[in-house]
Amino acid sequence: MNWEVVIGLEAHVQLATQSKIFSSSSTQYGATPNTQANEVDMALPGSLPVLNRQAVEHAIRFGLAIGATVSPRSIFARKNYFYPDLPKNYQISQYEIPVVLGGTLPCFVDGKALTFNLTRAHLEEDAGKSIHENFATPDGRPCSGIDLNRSGTPLLEIVSEPEMRSAAQAVAYARALHALVVWLGICDGNMQEGSFRIDANVSVRPKGQAAFGTRTETKNVNSFRFLERAISYEIRRQIELIEDGGKVVQETRLYDADRDETRSMRSKEDAHDYRYFPDPDLPPLIITPAWIAQVKDSMPELPKERRHRFVEDLGLSSEDAAQLCQDRQIAQYFEAVANALPNGQAKLAANWVMGEVAAALNREEKDIDACPLSAGALAKLLARISDGTISNKIAREIFTDMWANSTLDADAIIEAKGLKQISDSSAIGAMVDEVIASQPAIVQEYRAGKQKAFNSLVGQVMKLAKGKANPAQVNDLLKQRLDG
Amino acid sequence: MALFLDQYADIIALRQALDNKQISVKELTQTLLGEIKHHANLNAFVDVQADLSLAQAEIAEQSIACGQAGALTGIPLAHKDIFVTEGWRTTAGSRMLADYRSPFDATVVQALLKAQTVSLGKLSCDEFAMGSGNEHAATGPVRNPWDLDVVPGGSSGGSAAAVAAGLVLGATGTDTGGSVRQPAALSGICGIKPTYGVASRFGMIAYASSLDQAGVMARSAADLALLLDAISGFDPRDATSIETCRAVANAPGRILSDYTRFNNRNNTQPLAGLRIGVPNEYFGDGLNNDVAQAIDQALVVLESLGAKRVSISLPNTALSIPAYYVIAPAEASSNLARYDAVRYGHRTETYTDLADMSARSRTEGFGEEVRKRIMIGTYVLSHGYYDAYYLQAQRVRRLIAQDFQRAFADQCDVIMGPVTPTVAPAIGSLSTDPTAEWLGDIYTLSVNLAGLPGLSVPCGFAPGHRSQPLPVGLQMIGNYFDEGRLLAVAHQFQLVTDWHQRRPGAPT
Repeated sequence: MNWEVVIGLEAHVQLATQSKIFSSSSTQYGATPNTQANEVDMALPGSLPVLNRQAVEHAIRFGLAIGATVSPRSIFARKNYFYPDLPKNYQISQYEIPVVLGGTLPCFVDGKALTFNLTRAHLEEDAGKSIHENFATPDGRPCSGIDLNRSGTPLLEIVSEPEMRSAAQAVAYARALHALVVWLGICDGNMQEGSFRIDANVSVRPKGQAAFGTRTETKNVNSFRFLERAISYEIRRQIELIEDGGKVVQETRLYDADRDETRSMRSKEDAHDYRYFPDPDLPPLIITPAWIAQVKDSMPELPKERRHRFVEDLGLSSEDAAQLCQDRQIAQYFEAVANALPNGQAKLAANWVMGEVAAALNREEKDIDACPLSAGALAKLLARISDGTISNKIAREIFTDMWANSTLDADAIIEAKGLKQISDSSAIGAMVDEVIASQPAIVQEYRAGKQKAFNSLVGQVMKLAKGKANPAQVNDLLKQRLDG
Repeated sequence: MALFLDQYADIIALRQALDNKQISVKELTQTLLGEIKHHANLNAFVDVQADLSLAQAEIAEQSIACGQAGALTGIPLAHKDIFVTEGWRTTAGSRMLADYRSPFDATVVQALLKAQTVSLGKLSCDEFAMGSGNEHAATGPVRNPWDLDVVPGGSSGGSAAAVAAGLVLGATGTDTGGSVRQPAALSGICGIKPTYGVASRFGMIAYASSLDQAGVMARSAADLALLLDAISGFDPRDATSIETCRAVANAPGRILSDYTRFNNRNNTQPLAGLRIGVPNEYFGDGLNNDVAQAIDQALVVLESLGAKRVSISLPNTALSIPAYYVIAPAEASSNLARYDAVRYGHRTETYTDLADMSARSRTEGFGEEVRKRIMIGTYVLSHGYYDAYYLQAQRVRRLIAQDFQRAFADQCDVIMGPVTPTVAPAIGSLSTDPTAEWLGDIYTLSVNLAGLPGLSVPCGFAPGHRSQPLPVGLQMIGNYFDEGRLLAVAHQFQLVTDWHQRRPGAPT
């Protein structure tokens, strides 16, 4: 049978705020356990939550960026369930009326542009952490510990419509979402530290069937690679199960990266009755048009706007523009390089930023803000390619030197090492003559019709010129002499 | 029982004695601490820490010495044990928090400390403020100074008993469904709860967050005005606290300024033009005749001051009981979930796993009334019942609020009636009928559901279960932010009556 896959994603995005969503404790990651938890985070008697405006503004930013409706009035509700790292034993979340409704997210899958719809995004607080390993009582008995530093960290839960039809599409959506929230400055995007977490709802149905199959929810996926694997595993598992006559059970599953499989965590029968009701400690969240306008004014240029500008104004292809705009810093770096070059050289800048620069950063696991070459320095180097002073190949060598020592200047290196390209026709002509004279056998081959022999002769000339001869001129002159 | 404070009519009188150095704050404090010990049979205090009280007395005394005393400097108070306090234990009347000590003070406690009052300790209350007789306290029932066999009312029963006995001049209370007004009425003192949001809830252990409001209890309306003004004010730590009341900043000074303005009419008819709405529904079946008569007498007195009595209707009054006993338990079931024995509070001796630990600890730590309300609240919020109970109760709540707004729109300026259907019942008599205690809240609940200010002043006596005379309270309900006017009307009433000056004799 032909199966169709249906995937919807829920992302928990940790909002980049100084303090927690309902308390003044710091949200800094990695502090000594329970040192960043005040009376609100520990749910001491008499404590009350007060909403953090910054978290709301981050949600508004997101809503504006995806073209969603920002609710003028949204409600915080209590989700009631007992868990030891949930100090109040209820989570403050938004239920019936979330802060962000709808919206769309464009992304590229195999070079094809796709747009996915979002259902909603709502604000909520994170729970603390239970620590079960390597933990003991003062007298040495094993026990569990609780760290409430994360308790109350602001989250934006972003829910997509079930519109993805493959693991690749789901990963593309997740990557685009990740890039967007980092771009907007509302999330640090650190997946290792749990700042961006994805749950995947997966089901399968026979192609052509309208009704959805029974879905499972896979949690605990902390990288895009694992997301792809977890979804692929789950798709395979569900299809095999059904084809063997079984039935998919609605349940929550956990992805185990070590064994590359998903495991059942709890089934629908164990599902909680969360007894949601509006939190009487928090008045409705009112967002006025004036507040939205104020947030809008403070927003960076959106990726789609910048992509558009790169295509229209700089003449890049939409693929190049999309790739550069996956990261705001990279887009900014690229733009600075392109602006420092003569008109029409944006493509050269794009090739270098996506090529040499990206590769070097990757190799050293560095972010663009840690790039040893300033945009200005790179632009100077590229300017020497575009004005014919050096070839691409020589430029790569200079780039390596500049990468190792950021105080070096492209022109200084060219000068010091004598790397200036030879564009003097008589000098190149002399070298061409020398090669023709010294390689009669190859010349013979060329004349007999072997095109390959020509390239070999070009190589010989370049070797003689120590790579500095202008390749176009070498070609022209060699052809003239041989065919003339 | 001739008590030291009996020689001072009110806060102003004691303030004068302190300023004139007739007595020092420390002497006063020491004397009262002794009397508290001597009257331990009332069971009103649950924690007394002499050194902490004396340290506060020291500060007040220095301030008097420097000539920097305020209207409340050195005044002896105590706090309902639902307010968290640094130093004193905070138990909320529960075994669950028997040894709990808060690392911070409630905003209301802080405000009174800033006003240089002296706290003499913590006062018993019904467990988590759930109850109307102070019989649901882990430390046992509190006794009414007018008759040790009857309840003082609840849930702020310790506060009412301590003020009525003359052990303190004022006390804090909280009012979720009548818990300030009802014990004030049953104990023959004055009590006010302001508009929801006027006093901060930060540091007030939550029972039902949308209904809970701090209040104060004292001997006279004039004293209430001073105390309530001091605890009022916007608090950035409470998202439901109010920033402005009818374009006036919610801050100390607002209530006193209204109070003074309404009092300064300077004629023989100080209440001329005041329309008193008397709801038909507050005088139906269930209201004791003697209580009804005392209320009527009080209204006659108010008419003699120029007020006009207007008959009004609050048609949804009877629905306030079911609405309240859905909404309050619903919120309580969630508010009390934090008491799980994980971070603080009572933890059972033996348990098999985490769920068992929490379940056993909660069963042991909570009393019967609290467990009952948690069960009801959990039920009404459950999937499939939420619409029928919780949402329906919220609709009724809106109707009740609309009833009041209709009356205030064009019929009356204040609403008056009884606080309770009867005088204080005998200790132990409520437990035989579990709903009797709830039905007794009929006149007070709707004020909380609507979020309005309400006060209670003594207005006479009626025979108790042994025909002994017990206090009756007159309830005054105002529109939002009308605290100052309510207190002024009560003050005018007290200028021509002496019910509030009656002290319990040697209890029998």
